[in-house]
Amino acid sequence: MSFDNAYESLLGHEDSHWAFGTGFSEALSGVNREFPAGVDRDDIATYCLMLGDDALIFSQRLSEWCSRAPELEEDIALANIALDLLGQARMLLTRAGEVLGKSEDDLAYLRDEREFRNVHLAEIDCGPGPGGDFGTTIARLLVFSSWRLALFSRLRGSADPVLAAVAEKGLKELAYHRDHAAQWTVRLGDGTDESHRRMQAGLERVWPFVDELFATHPVEARLAGVAVDPASLKSEVDGVLEAVFSAAGLSRPADTRAARVAGMAGRDGVHTEAMGYLLAEMQHLHRSLPGAVW
Amino acid sequence: MTTALEIASAVRDPELPVLTLADLGVLRDVSEEDGRVVVTITPTYSGCPAIDEMGADLRRSLLAAGFAEVEVRLSLSPAWTTDWISAEGRSKLAAAGIAPPSRIGPSVAGPVPLNLVPPSRQVACPQCGSPNTSEISRFGSTACKALRRCNACSEPFEHVKEI
Repeated sequence: MSFDNAYESLLGHEDSHWAFGTGFSEALSGVNREFPAGVDRDDIATYCLMLGDDALIFSQRLSEWCSRAPELEEDIALANIALDLLGQARMLLTRAGEVLGKSEDDLAYLRDEREFRNVHLAEIDCGPGPGGDFGTTIARLLVFSSWRLALFSRLRGSADPVLAAVAEKGLKELAYHRDHAAQWTVRLGDGTDESHRRMQAGLERVWPFVDELFATHPVEARLAGVAVDPASLKSEVDGVLEAVFSAAGLSRPADTRAARVAGMAGRDGVHTEAMGYLLAEMQHLHRSLPGAVW
Repeated sequence: MTTALEIASAVRDPELPVLTLADLGVLRDVSEEDGRVVVTITPTYSGCPAIDEMGADLRRSLLAAGFAEVEVRLSLSPAWTTDWISAEGRSKLAAAGIAPPSRIGPSVAGPVPLNLVPPSRQVACPQCGSPNTSEISRFGSTACKALRRCNACSEPFEHVKEI
């Protein structure tokens, strides 16, 4: 069978079949969804929101680069990475929604800023608009994917069957993302004076948001055996970043910590100024035209 | 009579239509009782946009074959890897000009090694067979493919990347 015929036979004569992406099904339709015994389901829901919101919000940020990246291949790369993260987000938000009685769309489009649990690193504006830079986006992708990969590697052993399965599924995707960011970091850091300067500046820009990644939240502390304690990831992630910086001729920025509000940050629903603008764009269509699908 | 398994196995992948869902290794189970069919599939990537299309195609084919009720379930574990693509599927990919993935073996526990340079893989050109090929882009037209070029015959080609 030739390519053309195969596509024609797929499309058939059904009008409903005009494009992929129609009629998204529920992300976990037949997955084992039992909850582990002896754990608070609301805590599991909150934890799923934390990991799901990290992926959803960073996916939104990466999508902003599509058509704005330095080369066509990179438009495709960042959009594909965003798609993987969106898939992870859909499964995690669906899991949270089972406890909360909401759909993945309710959670993505109808929550207000204070209800989002993502880390600040996922939401800050690293471009392509004013003040941003491709080097900063690569710095964020390197830190985020190194951290999330270490987290998912451990989450494979979670007592929650859905979290364990999402982690197993996402692990290789994240490894591919991290390699992509690491190879770009070396290319830019070890490139021209200009690329080196901008890559180093990108690291300096994201570094104040690294501390939050390793801070144990009370929900994570209560979910021993289900959640991963992020403090346990620090030495592994530091080692990976050190190897990349060394190959790229970059310096690890001095440790600083972004300001918190009464000790609270993204995991508590307290966000940076950039978050409101991001949500306005992400949620606008669904809120203006409730139930809209494409 | 054609069984539900035979019908489900013949449904094609929406993005790689030279492959059936069985060739691709995403069809995990088909069971049938009193005209009611339960099909279990697994996604290739977490965000694979084709998964809903696969479910709709399975449902449509089985209903058209006379089964009264069709349920499509999603299974996440064990996670799909390119090692699930059958030997027949690999031959079909190569015949269609798409380089099949090499075997990667089972995943291991513990930290995932970092690749600061792209791992050197021998990917043969599906057109001329030369092993002298290089990567153009780590990401391609779908989540599962990368773009390569043959240094012998100069043809660009797609490669189902190992995951």
